[in-house]
Amino acid sequence: MDLHFQFDWQAAIASLPYLLKGVPYTLLISFGGLAIGFVIGMLFGLMRIAPSRWLRYPAVFYIEVFRGTPVLVQVLFIFYGLPTLLGGPIPAITAGIAAIALNAGAYISEIVRGGVQSIERGQREAGLSLGLSATQTFQYIIWPQALRRMIPALGNQGIVSIKDTSLFSVIGVGELVRQGQVYIAQTFTALEVYFMIALLYLAITLSLSMALSLLERKGLVG
Amino acid sequence: MNDDKQIQRDAPPIVRLDKVNKHFGELHVMRDIDLSVAPGEVVVIIGASGSGKSTLIRCVNGLEPFQSGRIEVDGKTLAPHGASGKSLQAVRTEVGMVFQQFNLFPHLSIRDNVTLAPRKVRGWSRRQANTTAERLLERVGISDQADKYPSQLSGGQQQRVALARALAMEPRLMLFDEPTSALDPEMIGEVLDAMRELAKDGMTMMIVTHEMGFAREVADRVVFVHGGEIVEQGTPEAVFDDPQNERTRAFLSRVLKH
Repeated sequence: MDLHFQFDWQAAIASLPYLLKGVPYTLLISFGGLAIGFVIGMLFGLMRIAPSRWLRYPAVFYIEVFRGTPVLVQVLFIFYGLPTLLGGPIPAITAGIAAIALNAGAYISEIVRGGVQSIERGQREAGLSLGLSATQTFQYIIWPQALRRMIPALGNQGIVSIKDTSLFSVIGVGELVRQGQVYIAQTFTALEVYFMIALLYLAITLSLSMALSLLERKGLVG
Repeated sequence: MNDDKQIQRDAPPIVRLDKVNKHFGELHVMRDIDLSVAPGEVVVIIGASGSGKSTLIRCVNGLEPFQSGRIEVDGKTLAPHGASGKSLQAVRTEVGMVFQQFNLFPHLSIRDNVTLAPRKVRGWSRRQANTTAERLLERVGISDQADKYPSQLSGGQQQRVALARALAMEPRLMLFDEPTSALDPEMIGEVLDAMRELAKDGMTMMIVTHEMGFAREVADRVVFVHGGEIVEQGTPEAVFDDPQNERTRAFLSRVLKH
């Protein structure tokens, strides 16, 4: 066997059309999951700072459970475990989206909490003293400012979640890594293919961070 | 002092505090406070830091809850232990407040800072609110800046915008919580001028300030607070020139020296 191994650019480029088929699944799972996760995060983040303990405690419970367990275990639990409870299979993509949503939702809850709590008390007082209701004060004054401060942390979470979807190859979702593994099984070009997979992840995450920094600079949020 | 305006002493008071007590934990910050403010009256509250004077006016619009007693504002009652949302909101709609730190909304333009509450609370159209905002901004000397954001203005300008923002709700009463304490010295005058105009126009005002010269000039009544109690009150002449209480004398000799 020839131990002199060279990086074969042609093999790398040849794998590209096949790998690209995985990109839509990666994007669907990560952005679908993040969108739902954002809604979850907003809800539980606000519950987390509510005066009532009946709202606060469930939020703390949810956040601790989903931050404190690996996303891989979460998706395995949803895909292989939950069907026994539900009595029917869960599609792999659905399981993946759910896992990202629940996992990112826990982190985003904390981001939301931090963002809202970072707004000076005087802002709320000014809103209330003008006769705005607590809800209006939150809607027009606190939330827009908090959201803007949350962008960097949300961007971080987005990147983490996009990369987390690579774990879902284990449940057979045809995302990037899974596509690569199938391709490697046929061609034995692991070096080139994993390199290309890494590049594609980088392209996705870099686009996201560039979009967010643009958003941040232009102050388009709020 | 304010001969060109009318204090309606016969009318029911706009603000009435009746044996109001407030504790911060162990600290008794308001002790049996009784205080009435007549329509058109300008009451200046003075006292050392920590005497409870800011707490007092923050109770009037419910930013601070109190433990016992009764506060009536414009005919609406604030109960101890935090009034309910609706009645509190009703009071706040009629009471404007200017804060030490301005508390302008940094994400909104100057125009939107002023028009937000009239539009959302009073239900004014954008056009109506904008017209009012223009008039008020001109009145406080901030014309042609409506499209800027708060951070683009000086401290004195920001505080005058905060005043316009409060006035846009057409309040019956204005509260001022040390409005010039966070300002550079050269900007204090412009804010006091705007407040002086407002007093002249007959606005009912409760002002917490360390500006004794301003208090003497604008106040119809000066209230001296010490240790959570109203120790002395009267006309500016009476309180400043002939204080009866020893604590008042001690306080004034400290602040008037320099």
